[in-house]
Amino acid sequence: MAIKWLIDASYFVAAILFILGLKGMSSPVSARKGIVWAGVGMVLATVVTFLTPGMNNFALMVIAIALGGAVAWISGKKVAMTDMPQMVAIYNGMGGGAAAAIAAVEFARGEMHGTVVTLLATLGALIGAVSFSGSVVAWAKLQGVMKKAFRLPAQNAVNILLALVTVAVGGAIVIAPTVDPLLVGAFFVLALLLGVIITLPIGGADMPVVISLFNAFTGLAVGFEGFVMGIPALIIAGIVVGAAGTLLTQLMAKAMNRPISNILFVPMAAAGGGEAVEGEQKEVGAMDAAALMRYASKVIIVPGYGMAVAGAQHKVWEMTELLEEAGVEVVFAIHPVAGRMPGHMNVLLAEAGVPYDKIFDLEEINGDFAQADVALVIGANDVVNPSARTDKSSPIYGMPILNADMAQNVIVVKRGKGTGYSGIENALFYKDNTRLLYGSAQQAIGEVIQHVKALSV
Amino acid sequence: MDGMLALYIFMLAAFTGYEVISRVPVILHTPLMSGSNFVHGVVLVGGMIALGQAETPLEQAIGFVAVLLGAANAAGGYVVTERMLAMFKAKEKK
Repeated sequence: MAIKWLIDASYFVAAILFILGLKGMSSPVSARKGIVWAGVGMVLATVVTFLTPGMNNFALMVIAIALGGAVAWISGKKVAMTDMPQMVAIYNGMGGGAAAAIAAVEFARGEMHGTVVTLLATLGALIGAVSFSGSVVAWAKLQGVMKKAFRLPAQNAVNILLALVTVAVGGAIVIAPTVDPLLVGAFFVLALLLGVIITLPIGGADMPVVISLFNAFTGLAVGFEGFVMGIPALIIAGIVVGAAGTLLTQLMAKAMNRPISNILFVPMAAAGGGEAVEGEQKEVGAMDAAALMRYASKVIIVPGYGMAVAGAQHKVWEMTELLEEAGVEVVFAIHPVAGRMPGHMNVLLAEAGVPYDKIFDLEEINGDFAQADVALVIGANDVVNPSARTDKSSPIYGMPILNADMAQNVIVVKRGKGTGYSGIENALFYKDNTRLLYGSAQQAIGEVIQHVKALSV
Repeated sequence: MDGMLALYIFMLAAFTGYEVISRVPVILHTPLMSGSNFVHGVVLVGGMIALGQAETPLEQAIGFVAVLLGAANAAGGYVVTERMLAMFKAKEKK
């Protein structure tokens, strides 16, 4: 009895630590403490679980924890910051898979007590399995294992049909008086297939929202299985993450002006190409770009994923420090969906040593562009495309953008003349006050640094 | 577990999750997504209990998978989040 009390009390403390941890992570000052608290909660909950009376298979348990934990720990340590989104996706998928597997064990044991338990077990299995296979596809796409968005003919009809069949089979499981192994097996296959089919046609640019959605899914699945297993700590942790993940998904979708239903059901390319842009792209050399910024009083840097891919964030920070020594005010403007996830760009800049008080988000900085002498756009495209404000036929019409075009001068660092990731023409590149600095971000900024140094002697 | 009691826990947990996140600056969205990803790694506990009660080889095999995946979720989620948050520091005042 004392052991039972110890276990329950530990789960209770763990649940508190999880909530405090998430709360801590909502401010940059306490964020590190937050993850440590949540980590302590996790260790506590895991350790006391070994004391649960009447358990077997301890050897298997230790092997599974050591194996899964070690592989994930090492791969998590090694992964580059630019590849972080797909790592989150794959770990999240594993959580969903674990929730589905728990349900599978309960089905195999055939001891479902009552309709409500069976219903939640089935629901958790469905959501967990979809999250698992969907996250694996998301990972494969971001990792570049799977290149193209793949669409079936009548994709939406297939999706809906498959979803309906899966739910119907799930319903049959809930209603059936005893567990039918064939039905359960078919259910899991269908649910896994559904996750794949839903995720396959989604383009890479929409992937952050999808990963966030699956993160919320896994939370829900964990919460439901927590009810099945009778562990309140699992319910609390799962549902808190489910709710938080849902809110986060909404915030992201809002920032992209793409309702979640659009992301899931309408491919970006089919939304129409937008107006052709007239005019010419005017080139600038590294020396002129350097002079323009060196003698400016305010420079706003708009970094995009192109900068991160080129690994140029360290160079950009080096240039920023040089300009600041010369008395130029330099700040960074980050679009909510810059990078592959909201806040991803902040992480990449932080890695290069940029303090977070120099980084501003869209609402904070958009009014300042008019007072800036130079807006330096590095490897960003759609997030500074003024067509989003003006051109109703553009696929990104209505998306909030950074008003880089309002600055006195705009310098765009760009690899070549193409249209970039989404394939949409950018009117900013053709404006009279825009100059293009061609080259990879790494090399172009490197040259600018040399010239700024020369000017400062 | 009492169904009605569980419903109350669901409801309160949902509001808590919503509230905890609602005042988060955009710069922390990615670490927070990763952090919440870590928190649902507690599914490991459920997997351990499922495996602990498993009797047939089939149950043991699925239970093993559940613990394996749960442990990977928890460990990977922690490492990745910790690495991201380690980089957030304000500029030292001179």
